[in-house]
Amino acid sequence: MSLVDRHVGFVDALRRAGLPVSLAEGLDAARALAVIELTERETLREAYAATMVKRPSYRPGFDTLFDLWFPPVTSALRAPRETGTDADELDLGQADLARLRDRLAELLLGDAGATGDPAFAEFVRAMVERFGRQPAGAGRQNWFSYSVMRALSPGTLMARMLDEVLRGQERGGLAEKVARRRLTDNITGFEDAVASDVRRRIAEDSGVEKIARSVVKPPVDQIDFLRVTKADLAALRREVYPLARRLAARLTIKHRLGQRGRLDFRRTVRASLSTGGVPMVTHMRPRRPHKPELVVLCDASDSVATFSHFTLLLTYALREQFTKVRAFAFVDTVDEITRFFAPGTDVVDAITTMTREADISRFGRSDYGHSFEGFAEKYGDAIGPRTSLLILGDARSNYQRPALATLRRLAGEARHAYWLNPEPHAQWDTGDSIATSYGTVVEMHECRNVAQLAAFIEDLA
Amino acid sequence: MTSWFTSPADAGERLAAVGYLADDGIATSVFLAAALGKPLLAEGPAGVGKTQLAKVVAAATGAELIRLQCYEGLDEARALYEWNYKKQLLRIQASGDQGWAETHDDIFSEEFLLERPLLKAIRRTAPTVLLIDEIDKADVEVEGLLLEILSDYQVTIPELGTIVATRKPYVVLTSNATRELSEALKRRCLYLHLDYPSPERERDIVLAQVPGIEASLAEQLARTVATLRALELKKSPSIAETIDWAHTLLALGRTELDESTTTGTLGVVLKHASDQTRAIKELGLPAR
Repeated sequence: MSLVDRHVGFVDALRRAGLPVSLAEGLDAARALAVIELTERETLREAYAATMVKRPSYRPGFDTLFDLWFPPVTSALRAPRETGTDADELDLGQADLARLRDRLAELLLGDAGATGDPAFAEFVRAMVERFGRQPAGAGRQNWFSYSVMRALSPGTLMARMLDEVLRGQERGGLAEKVARRRLTDNITGFEDAVASDVRRRIAEDSGVEKIARSVVKPPVDQIDFLRVTKADLAALRREVYPLARRLAARLTIKHRLGQRGRLDFRRTVRASLSTGGVPMVTHMRPRRPHKPELVVLCDASDSVATFSHFTLLLTYALREQFTKVRAFAFVDTVDEITRFFAPGTDVVDAITTMTREADISRFGRSDYGHSFEGFAEKYGDAIGPRTSLLILGDARSNYQRPALATLRRLAGEARHAYWLNPEPHAQWDTGDSIATSYGTVVEMHECRNVAQLAAFIEDLA
Repeated sequence: MTSWFTSPADAGERLAAVGYLADDGIATSVFLAAALGKPLLAEGPAGVGKTQLAKVVAAATGAELIRLQCYEGLDEARALYEWNYKKQLLRIQASGDQGWAETHDDIFSEEFLLERPLLKAIRRTAPTVLLIDEIDKADVEVEGLLLEILSDYQVTIPELGTIVATRKPYVVLTSNATRELSEALKRRCLYLHLDYPSPERERDIVLAQVPGIEASLAEQLARTVATLRALELKKSPSIAETIDWAHTLLALGRTELDESTTTGTLGVVLKHASDQTRAIKELGLPAR
């Protein structure tokens, strides 16, 4: 395969994985190839990244694909290692497991992965070679990373490595936390390196294109709220503050751009003195910024837990922008949860306390109708002409009464009312979902990922 | 046009010589921006050395730095050029009975043109680094204004015609990502995402920036800051704050970062009360 073919194939794979690489950017990358040293792999990687990856959330996918298309080694062409240079050198293909684990602990303690020590890469390759192979049919083989992890089980080395690092220092303190963090990072680095090498071997056996299609995860702002894993959730939470900040910045800009306010009589008359009492220039008062009040009504049942979790975080990150934010949660009974989010409290803790203490569930199955009626009865005065009402939920009411009239009245009293539904549009009205009925009363938006949520709030402002 | 850097490695070395430790990504992007003649867009959280990057590129190559600080409401007259209309008025009054055509040609000439940073950078003949700082703070219209300059290195002034750069300036744009920049702008730039450094690199930065600090303390600092960043904080500590922390510890005469010292000086790196509470809880520090 020539360099041009490989380049074109790589660009194509990036586009397939959802990275928007324009023709011009592809050409820039090709021009960059002409001025750099192609034998420097990291330079090549960064050159591609600089010209084609213009958003940090695309970078992990890019790195995975880069490792596949420009692998650090190929099994067939590997130069035989020079042996015998060091008498104590471990023979990675033959040594017993205990010694291999010693070696791994040594590498992890020395931050070998982070500093790019070649011995680390070599160790990873040897381990995949030795433990990762599983025969599959005649003359074929499969590669797995879990079997490598099972054999070496780096997690169980932790206690012993911590002893080594702390060397008699007091346990449980800051030093241990810091060391633990460092070692966990190194272990993750080892797992990633093994997974990457496994992918490379699979690609060698069955072709790059085939595996490229299945390995790249969507960027974090495209992850479906309803399919979030625990690891993703942490990453999502990290998106909250930048998102809130971005939206806040956006809101203030919009405020200032709005038309000027009423005539400032005093300033106009004062200014007219310089033109002999004739008012030539009018001065206006700056417009009072419109600070809307926000009422959030949130389905907290298990089916949409991650979604409401995330939106609540965002709501409270945004509270500086609104004069007043009140939040209510419900499963089949509604309760105010504003008190759990007092300023300065830690949001993650607040959500934990909320799920434990708030009185929102009688039978544990969502009942929108009963919740809306309860809300109108108990907290109806929360909604006024300056309020934006935001309802979050999947509109799956377990075949209970919808209480459409109550909702219509609530929506009518509010300045705006919106409904965010984390389900894809195609699934609305299937099963017990009554999305369209509610949609006729309150404007309903599909909101499946951070990108859609951001788009919605920008329109709202 | 003479080349700014000969290779990524060369870029890395020359930046290091002026006190900026570049990793592979930074060195490659800095080199490519010059080699391909494209602007470099550096994006990332506050305090990771985006603006500093432009400054050290200027210092390493002996070029002059021209800076355009963006803010809300920045317009053409502040960024590009402006006619000195007061002087034009004087000229018209002084001209007496001169004809209209003559005066018109006269008052739209070089003499009455006020150069702003962008035009200045385009017209300079000596090596120039143009820093367009915090582009995300400016309004969206400013991005449109920049497109002609960034892709063709030219400026069109209706009365004077198009001014093409005699020598392409080295352009660095920085952004804190408070808003998404337009695709058109991103497409014209090389993109460099500057993030918090690895503990190893941060240790080296602290050693380079804070003279007189012990290597073991720098290591401890870098590791602790990395641990803090892993917590879910409102605002993670920046490199600048790590360096402040190092200075603080030196001033206090500490040679080790133990629990009580950490609690006592946590305010240097964490500036939100809730972040401090969280760090104290998660790291098991003694309460103050």
